[in-house]
Amino acid sequence: MIGSHRTPLAAVAGLAVASMLLAACSSSTSSSGGKGGALTASAPGITAKTITIGSHQPLTGIAAPGYDEIAPSSNAYFQYVNAHGGIYGRKIVYKYLNDQYNPSITSTVVHQLILQDNVYAIFNGLGTPTHLAVAQFINAEHLPDMFVASGCECWNDPAKYPDTFGWQLDYIREGKILGSYIEQHFKGEKIGFFFQDDEFGQDGVKGLSDEIPKSQIVSEQSYDPTNIKIAPQVAALKASGAKVVVSFSVPAFTALLKLNMLGLKYSPQLVVSDVGSDPITLAGLLASFAKNKTAGFGNSLTQGIITDGYLPSLGDASNSWISLFTKIYDQYLKPKNIPFDGNVLYGLSVGYTFVQAMLKAGRNPTRQDLINAVNSGLPQGVAVAPFAYSSSDHNGITGAYIATIKNGALVADTGVFVTDDSATGAVTTYTTPQPAAPASGIPSP
Amino acid sequence: MVEFLEFTLEGLSAGMIYAAIALSLVLIWRGTRVLNYAQGALAMFTSYIALEVIDRTGSYWLGFVVAIAAGLVIGAVVERTVIRPVANKPPLNAVIVTIGLLIGVEGLAGVLFTSNNRSFPPAFSITGLSIGSVALGITRNDIFTAVAVLAAAGLIAVVFQYTSVGLRLRATAFNARVARLLGVRVGRMLTLGWALAGLLGALAGMLVTPSTFLNPNSMDGIFVLGFTAAVIGGLESPVGAVAGGLILGVVLSYAAGYLGGEVVNLFGLAALMLVLMLRPSGLFSAAPARRV
Amino acid sequence: MATTPAPERPPAGDTVSLPLRAAGSAEGRPRRRPPTLVRHLGVAVLFAVLLMLASAKLSAYRDYQLAELAAFVVAVAGLTVLIGLSGQISIGNGAFMAVGGYTGALLFLHLQWPLVAIVLAATAAAAVSGAVFGFAAARLRGPYLAGATLMLAVALPSLATRFQSVFGGDQGLGFYVNVPGFLGVNFSLSEWQAWFNCGIALIALVLLANLIRSRVGRNWRALRDDEVAASLSGLNVARLQVVAFVVSAACAGAGGVLLAVVDGTVSASVFALGLSIQLLTAAVLGGLGTLTGAVWGSALLVLVPTYLENVAQSHGMTQGTSSSVPIVAYGVVLIAVMLLFPSGIQGGLLRLIALGRRRPARNQQEKGSS
Repeated sequence: MIGSHRTPLAAVAGLAVASMLLAACSSSTSSSGGKGGALTASAPGITAKTITIGSHQPLTGIAAPGYDEIAPSSNAYFQYVNAHGGIYGRKIVYKYLNDQYNPSITSTVVHQLILQDNVYAIFNGLGTPTHLAVAQFINAEHLPDMFVASGCECWNDPAKYPDTFGWQLDYIREGKILGSYIEQHFKGEKIGFFFQDDEFGQDGVKGLSDEIPKSQIVSEQSYDPTNIKIAPQVAALKASGAKVVVSFSVPAFTALLKLNMLGLKYSPQLVVSDVGSDPITLAGLLASFAKNKTAGFGNSLTQGIITDGYLPSLGDASNSWISLFTKIYDQYLKPKNIPFDGNVLYGLSVGYTFVQAMLKAGRNPTRQDLINAVNSGLPQGVAVAPFAYSSSDHNGITGAYIATIKNGALVADTGVFVTDDSATGAVTTYTTPQPAAPASGIPSP
Repeated sequence: MVEFLEFTLEGLSAGMIYAAIALSLVLIWRGTRVLNYAQGALAMFTSYIALEVIDRTGSYWLGFVVAIAAGLVIGAVVERTVIRPVANKPPLNAVIVTIGLLIGVEGLAGVLFTSNNRSFPPAFSITGLSIGSVALGITRNDIFTAVAVLAAAGLIAVVFQYTSVGLRLRATAFNARVARLLGVRVGRMLTLGWALAGLLGALAGMLVTPSTFLNPNSMDGIFVLGFTAAVIGGLESPVGAVAGGLILGVVLSYAAGYLGGEVVNLFGLAALMLVLMLRPSGLFSAAPARRV
Repeated sequence: MATTPAPERPPAGDTVSLPLRAAGSAEGRPRRRPPTLVRHLGVAVLFAVLLMLASAKLSAYRDYQLAELAAFVVAVAGLTVLIGLSGQISIGNGAFMAVGGYTGALLFLHLQWPLVAIVLAATAAAAVSGAVFGFAAARLRGPYLAGATLMLAVALPSLATRFQSVFGGDQGLGFYVNVPGFLGVNFSLSEWQAWFNCGIALIALVLLANLIRSRVGRNWRALRDDEVAASLSGLNVARLQVVAFVVSAACAGAGGVLLAVVDGTVSASVFALGLSIQLLTAAVLGGLGTLTGAVWGSALLVLVPTYLENVAQSHGMTQGTSSSVPIVAYGVVLIAVMLLFPSGIQGGLLRLIALGRRRPARNQQEKGSS
């Protein structure tokens, strides 16, 4: 069955033919700038009628569970804005491509978005390794790289990535805020860490270690997200005698941690980072473990978990943001059978911030106008603490409140704490109340 | 010491799952000389079928039975529809077909059931057992897992050794041409082999999915370790498959417990290479025979 | 006269080398031919010029895809030689791509070597790792070799996490190349990437083609067809097998560093098991043992998923469950190609060409006899 071993001729012919095929379907467009009263095609991806933005998202594969809800949720908010007058009359077209959480595919789809589809900006690209693969390219092409969906400190590097901005509370700040709470409320207790062995978990542990005295930390256990057998790590935590276990984990591993603790009859106080503590997701994951399908069983397993939140609690029906988002959810997302969980809240919220930035960038913005708009700071909006944005700081949300999961919802235990991302910066309270959501649901320019 | 006991028991209970997957791979390999890369994906799919049944009827055991039956049927259908046409083609063609099946079935699960994680019920309680005040680190469900895998392995061994179907299955695996001359309906035996493997895969899916949660990729990691276990044990030997699974489970458990989660795969590789360097055809293979 | 291919040799790849035939050697073998290396080089130069012209015509995105394709061609070509010629299997060549990619990125970041030197060093590093693994696995056959290489692909990336200070952990290492100065500031980056990667790919293909026609290549084929006979006739089986591993690992390493050039980064999640499986898929689908097949297989790998994704996009299938539809379609394509073209795309094409040739011949014969 083995054919030619003769010349590379046919092989190189194949390469050439493939390139011809590519040539046959290639296309390119150009753009023009300009400003004025009328709506113009002020930048690539902007026409008189539309603003096209792009993103890379894990729609299938190992990272898809949960995260595949984020982009449809942002899009739901954009559809809501489009239906209520759009951005200075333009409609947002959100094109998000599936990268399966593989940096190599991320690179391909982002090249397509920028070089072929001519998007105006990249918005909320999801993941640290994935987005790092394209950050330099996006910056070399001078596209606004708005609000990366990852809490990595790496997005705050205006010298290297002048056009890139983070959005969510970064993991170091989060670790510090949780750590300072633990330091005050569990004085002298033995504390163990359980964390994903990547930048998410490690940054979190870095922040925690800045605040918690070394003498209290008795065990640090990591897990590889491709290996679900974490019983040995849980056994090691138990053997260390830790009375408090702080977990920087994704929801599935928070749930596994809880299940393995049941198996070992080990019940320390659990403290979980925001990423891994969404009560609705956790309760769903744990729901089947009750005898005879007890209603609310999942909630009973999450009861008492301490966590932090940088967005309003989904359980707080009186919050103006939650009621706005519930309205949008019911209209656009409920029909698609997407559960109203933390990922949906995240997607809607980051969509809101993007619309804030676009409105601030002006009627006929260039790409640089959007970048300048964020560099000069954005109003807090849906976040519980202010954004860090300035020309020298590209971090997003700077603070969070501490909450306990009670009956399937976050209940705030404290006011909002803010801090910086340095090892020495203090954790302080932030007392300015969160502004209410605009009645129209759309930020004012 | 308690820690060591816990690590060992946890390793054994994880190893049971690898053993079940390994056993199903061995069945297929002995019958058709194909490595079925879709074995994990098919088990994922039968677990979805089980969950749909459980959610609709409220009965775990009905879901269990339906999943096992579905595994049997799907195994047979796969053999008949896509494996048989490549049977007499170069051996890697069948491998690529199973890879295509893996991708296709995972995609199909995404289409039918979304890629969200779903909670999956265990057969028995997952609260730990203890002797006096010492928690053992194993649960009723772990014990059920071990019993179910060992029973399935035992049953298959009995069928192979003591029944006429088993004899025909073995004859087919040994030499299909000779078996055909002796009047064995080889085609049927091959289908039966795949069906039994499908059954074992479905069982493994039912047993492991409570601890992976169910999503289209939830069996990927388990499959790789099950495959490794089969190679460690020797692909010809059902006993080897079980032993390989348990060895791998315990080694990985010690690695994770004593050294940390990030070295688990490296130790898997080390264990595999060590075994293969000493015994190139796995622990339980017959003396290596050269095919001339 | 109806010609039928000799039974023991299926229609060989040289039927595709039409330009060369037209150039003169169609009829008689006895006519003097230039040495193999010269011939291969000449052809490669010809196609290098064609590719350069094409790349200038292509849009920046298509150039990018071409560069990506070239990276995969190198890696798949190495694998197709290993499997198709020496008869060994590897499901772990993604691991050797990782060795190449990381070596390249480390040299790029810390020593700022020129790109060509980086590619050479990365290739060498991967070759060494291939030799080490080849020695360890020299006694393994079939599924046992498959299992060992599979676990290699799964385990190796976790070194990046274990030795984070060196390999950057989960974030990986940046590998962002710039257009060299002599091409001017306005030269498109992706066109340069396409040039560079296609250039390296052509060189790799020429070297592999010569190797295939050399004594080593013949010995490999003897080994593949009958290991015992090869050993009896005095071939050093173990050494030949290790050499095959080294060659395929070197190609994977070169492919890995080229992929890093395209991606602008190396990170563990790029080199996950999925990549190794893709390489195997491409080698088999293209047609094992043929370099042309490696090109077809790589094209399928790079272009088809993107194409399916875009078709799904244009039908608004991005939300919820329908985002998996292109994945299903890709799985179906893999199975369908294998069922329709059992000897891979290259084999299928050759059969079609052979059919096309035979028909006119038969017509002539019929005319003559009537």
